[in-house]
Amino acid sequence: MFQVRIHGRGGQGVVTAAELLSVAAFRAGKHAQAFPSFGSERTGAPVVAFCRVDDKEIRLREPILEPDCLIVQDATLFKSIDLFEGLHPKGYLLVNTRKSFEELHLEKVVHRLPEGHARMVPATELAMQHVGRAVPNAALLGALAALTRLVSLEHVVAAIRDAFPGKVGEANVLAAMAAHDALVRHDVAA
Amino acid sequence: MLKQIEGSRAMAEAIALCRPEVICAYPITPQTHIVEGLGEMVRLGQLTNCEFINVESEFAALSVAIGASAAGARAYTATASQGLLYMVEAVYNTSGLGLPILMTLGNRAIGAPINIWNDHSDAMAVRDAGWIQLFAETNQEAADLHIQAFRLAETLSIPVMVCVDGFILTHAFERVDIPSQESVDAFLPPYEPVQVLDPRAPISIGAMVGPDAFTEVRYLQHYKQSQALELIPQLASEFSERFGRQSGGLLRTYCVEEAELLIVAMGSINGTIKDVVDEMRADGVKIGLVTLTTFRPLPMSVLRHVLGGARHIVVLEKSLSVGMGGPLANDLDSALRNLVTAPQVHSAVAGLGGRPITKSSLNRLFREALNGGWEGTHFLDLNMSIVGGEIERMRETRRAGPIAENILRGLAQRSALSGVMMERGNE
Repeated sequence: MFQVRIHGRGGQGVVTAAELLSVAAFRAGKHAQAFPSFGSERTGAPVVAFCRVDDKEIRLREPILEPDCLIVQDATLFKSIDLFEGLHPKGYLLVNTRKSFEELHLEKVVHRLPEGHARMVPATELAMQHVGRAVPNAALLGALAALTRLVSLEHVVAAIRDAFPGKVGEANVLAAMAAHDALVRHDVAA
Repeated sequence: MLKQIEGSRAMAEAIALCRPEVICAYPITPQTHIVEGLGEMVRLGQLTNCEFINVESEFAALSVAIGASAAGARAYTATASQGLLYMVEAVYNTSGLGLPILMTLGNRAIGAPINIWNDHSDAMAVRDAGWIQLFAETNQEAADLHIQAFRLAETLSIPVMVCVDGFILTHAFERVDIPSQESVDAFLPPYEPVQVLDPRAPISIGAMVGPDAFTEVRYLQHYKQSQALELIPQLASEFSERFGRQSGGLLRTYCVEEAELLIVAMGSINGTIKDVVDEMRADGVKIGLVTLTTFRPLPMSVLRHVLGGARHIVVLEKSLSVGMGGPLANDLDSALRNLVTAPQVHSAVAGLGGRPITKSSLNRLFREALNGGWEGTHFLDLNMSIVGGEIERMRETRRAGPIAENILRGLAQRSALSGVMMERGNE
């Protein structure tokens, strides 16, 4: 089982990101379960959503306490909450930011993870560029496909198109592809 | 068709396949997505021959459903928590009149303190109201139970409540197989009422009944529920033949062979418990699970048969009868009454107001039961330091203030303190 925990703020599409990820995994023939942290979905309030992916039926209903991957949609959250609680020692970290891990004071956490497992992507900027709104979720899922290979970009794109047919969906698809490319190109450069 | 969808959407699609003719609803979290989905299907013309009636309250929602059902329509509504309490007079009237209305209950705690999260307090508040109450373990089962429930309700002319854990199921995306219209039509025939308000053959429904006949009317209500004990397994087995999966029934067992310890639970928590059972069985612990799907009518004799041979039983429930303890544990005690070698029943209350129930806490709890258990009701993961602090405050000062606010203030202070510690740790 692979478990993803997504942190963000109300209005950033955190819950939708988990749902889209579950649809992408489902399209890849896997079992997936997505659920929100329930309740405090006010604009700006910290929100957590979860997604589990497995090859067999998922029965577990507890919140994800030991994620294999952490997606942080809003880097200002680092100041107020311990987002890293339970993160697997070989896990992945994906942060929506233009800043460096040093600027965010995250070197210690990043060094504990295997090399290349912690990555940044300017998802909000990509969303502004392609979607015209500060909704970084689709871009982050594109980046996730490049970082973990849990799901392929094709399945992420199909999930976005399923949920948002038409112009909005296509704009989000472009954001997802741009974020995916940004991570892959960086791989080559490194 | 296999879909990855939100539980509420899956239920809405399953309900639409049952061809309801009147849907009345008033929005309340966490049930709202279900009736929103149905409302949209009616508006878009995907669900035809169905009137969606917006009402001003839950009391009106069920009252309109009563009228519709009495006029011969297949009627549906959904609610949760305070909404159910607001319609409770109509809840009793529905069953007392014998009207086969189907209601989804998106299980949620009851205030005060106000809380929108999941537990089973709302279902328990009306457990004696004469409705059949079925609890879903997964969203697949939630969808399937609605299909079975319409037929169950209409065959016996009893209302049925399908209880679905709020948020945990209603808001979860998972895979659900939505059956075809043809297969649902073949399973669920059109509604043929046993009583109907028809101007061509006028009757009245809702007589006042005095001491001379009230007991007999009530007894027949009880008798019809005992018929449900036979019909429910039949419907589940016919459903399984037609649709190729197990859903519903009175109860299901998991790893109960030679089990010393049996867990009994209702709803979505059974999934987590199965994972714990697997882990503990791998450690050599003889543990099993009984998933109770039908809570009303309570399948007493089946429970006696399934549970009678165990040494210990842990009843894990998301509800509290304040001043008594776990209501389901109490019910199981009565099911095991007068057995010569009755198992020891350990009552545990967990998940109140949406408190997560984790594998590790369950593991500890189940091991404790095998080591002799505990007296009275155990509250899983109760924070004793918070409770102790508040009891101390109440002892010290007469005007101790509201308990909920005091506890929240204490928690906020603690989290601010840990925030400061975190900042220092990062520096």
